[in-house]
Amino acid sequence: MDGRKLISLPMMRPGQSGRVVQIGGGAGMVNRLNAMGILPGRKITKVSSMLMRGPVTIQVDRVQVAIGFGMASKVLVEEE
Amino acid sequence: MKVLLMGNPNVGKSVIFSRLTGVHVIASNYPGTTVGYTHGYMKLGEEMAEVIDVPGTYTLEPTCDAEEIASRMLAEGEVVINVVNATNLERNLYLTLQLLEKHVPVIVALNVWDDTKHRGIHIDLEKLRSLLGVPVIPTVAVTGQGVKELAESIPHAISPAAPARSRDERWSAVGDIIEQVQRITHRHHTWTERLEDASVSPLTGGAMALAVLAAAFFVVRFIGEGLIAHVLDPLFQNVWAPAILKISSFLGGGGLLHDVIVGKVVAGEIDFVESFGLLSTGIYIPFAMVLPYIIAFYLVLGILEDTGYLPRLAVLMDTFMHRLGLHGYAIIPTLLGFGCNVPAVLSTRILESKRERFIAATLISVAVPCAALQAMIFGMVGAHGEQYVAIVYGTLFVSWIILGFILNHTTKGFSPELLIEIPPYRLPSLQTVFKKLWMRVRGFLKEAIPIILGAVAVINVLYFFGIFDDIARFTAPVVSGLLGLPEEAITALVVGFLRKDMAMGMLAPLALSAEQLVVSSVVLSMFFPCIATFVVLLRELGVRNMFKSAGVMIVAALLAGGILNLIF
Repeated sequence: MDGRKLISLPMMRPGQSGRVVQIGGGAGMVNRLNAMGILPGRKITKVSSMLMRGPVTIQVDRVQVAIGFGMASKVLVEEE
Repeated sequence: MKVLLMGNPNVGKSVIFSRLTGVHVIASNYPGTTVGYTHGYMKLGEEMAEVIDVPGTYTLEPTCDAEEIASRMLAEGEVVINVVNATNLERNLYLTLQLLEKHVPVIVALNVWDDTKHRGIHIDLEKLRSLLGVPVIPTVAVTGQGVKELAESIPHAISPAAPARSRDERWSAVGDIIEQVQRITHRHHTWTERLEDASVSPLTGGAMALAVLAAAFFVVRFIGEGLIAHVLDPLFQNVWAPAILKISSFLGGGGLLHDVIVGKVVAGEIDFVESFGLLSTGIYIPFAMVLPYIIAFYLVLGILEDTGYLPRLAVLMDTFMHRLGLHGYAIIPTLLGFGCNVPAVLSTRILESKRERFIAATLISVAVPCAALQAMIFGMVGAHGEQYVAIVYGTLFVSWIILGFILNHTTKGFSPELLIEIPPYRLPSLQTVFKKLWMRVRGFLKEAIPIILGAVAVINVLYFFGIFDDIARFTAPVVSGLLGLPEEAITALVVGFLRKDMAMGMLAPLALSAEQLVVSSVVLSMFFPCIATFVVLLRELGVRNMFKSAGVMIVAALLAGGILNLIF
């Protein structure tokens, strides 16, 4: 690990940015996330998380996307 | 010729559609406003072209039902107007490239063009045109800017025969285009953006949601009650009542024809709720009791829809809604249900799985009273005191939660997770808000008036021949025994199948106690759906699930009504 740290969306702090590295989960889920512009290499900024494993809201380009907790946990981001 | 309007969700396709065809459709600021497809016609040179407003889609590799519909419809289109959100070009262009690969003539409408300037986005139009190889027209659908040019360029749509690409190749092609045509200048956070972020954070968001919903409720009641007390009631009492009394004496003051047209006149007075004639109750219920709340509710809902707040509410409610077997976005059909259950059940199509749609549609039919019914509850139950209205709403809310919990644990399958785009806040334009309000009010009048008038006439005749007495005797064990209502209340429950506002009105002559009114309001809300809702439920759920859903409703209604009766 050359100083890079991978972190899942729910673990990020609000306001923190990073680059998507990997999306786990089934093909259907990857498809849906990709279609919304969330794919490896893309820069994202976390906006917020709801309490009690609620959805995570991120900013990608100029759009905000809310992602259910389970799905969000499978998106790995390289911290910036 | 067939022209398809296609694009990502919430880019303004429906607004452009209305502008092109003059057909008014409901447009709002949240993804998934259009669930079915609407079509209309526009003049194109000498001929008429059919224009189809296709539900929004992110990709042609369908990932949900709405997208499947969209890709199927593409096969029929002769020209595609690809509506693109100019403030979010990168994500939108993915679909554009997919369309270009399909060998169908395309023109691009670069919508929300006015927003690019203050968002610091610069797009090189000429370059974009030459890179895509199709006409690109900047538009501002809400003001109509650019729509004329868009219509004129439909004949110039071309298919540039783009090569088929894999998903990764397509995204990198999008990246290349963006690199060449788009420049973004940095600018500071605006206060709307701060508000946007605050509304999806747990603490500030929760407080905002409570404030918004409470404000919505009070504004609806304030406007509704104000219209009744200051406009409609005076109008009916001072102008309409003397007029029908004249008609009454003209018709001889009694007999079947008189009772059907004017209703019962007691001591020379018309009681608008109880007289039950076409010109008295038949007009008074829809216009003076229900219409004011329809106006108030849809005004507030329209504003909420257009600000872009609703998807944020979905994010806040997500964790809770999962307990009911749904995800947060189900809150949108649920809110629509407080206006009318018909569009609410239709809009459950924004939910991805069959299971979710079954649960959501059932919960709406059981526990979400429509505006017409609520207006009657406010009017009749509220006359005995606000606390009784609160008991009705409390019972419905608790039933909603308990039933959702049970359905979540008994319905097969799983519910997918939330994945939604959250649109920016926009200041609703008065023109769109009022246009939408007018469409919905007109819809109510067109649906409700014929049914109410028809029901009043038929019921009068049935009463005259004493038919309801037989039914009442037959159902007495349930109606009187279980629910503690007079056995004649069955007439209202039967009429509830036609229209629930009407059904409440029929309870008025029975002189029920406040507690009995509470029980009958709850049973009427939860029991069978009205015929219009029944038809869409049947279509959306299929026969088997419709029967399951109806079974749930009947059991839940009798249980809730019976328990309330025991407590009182």
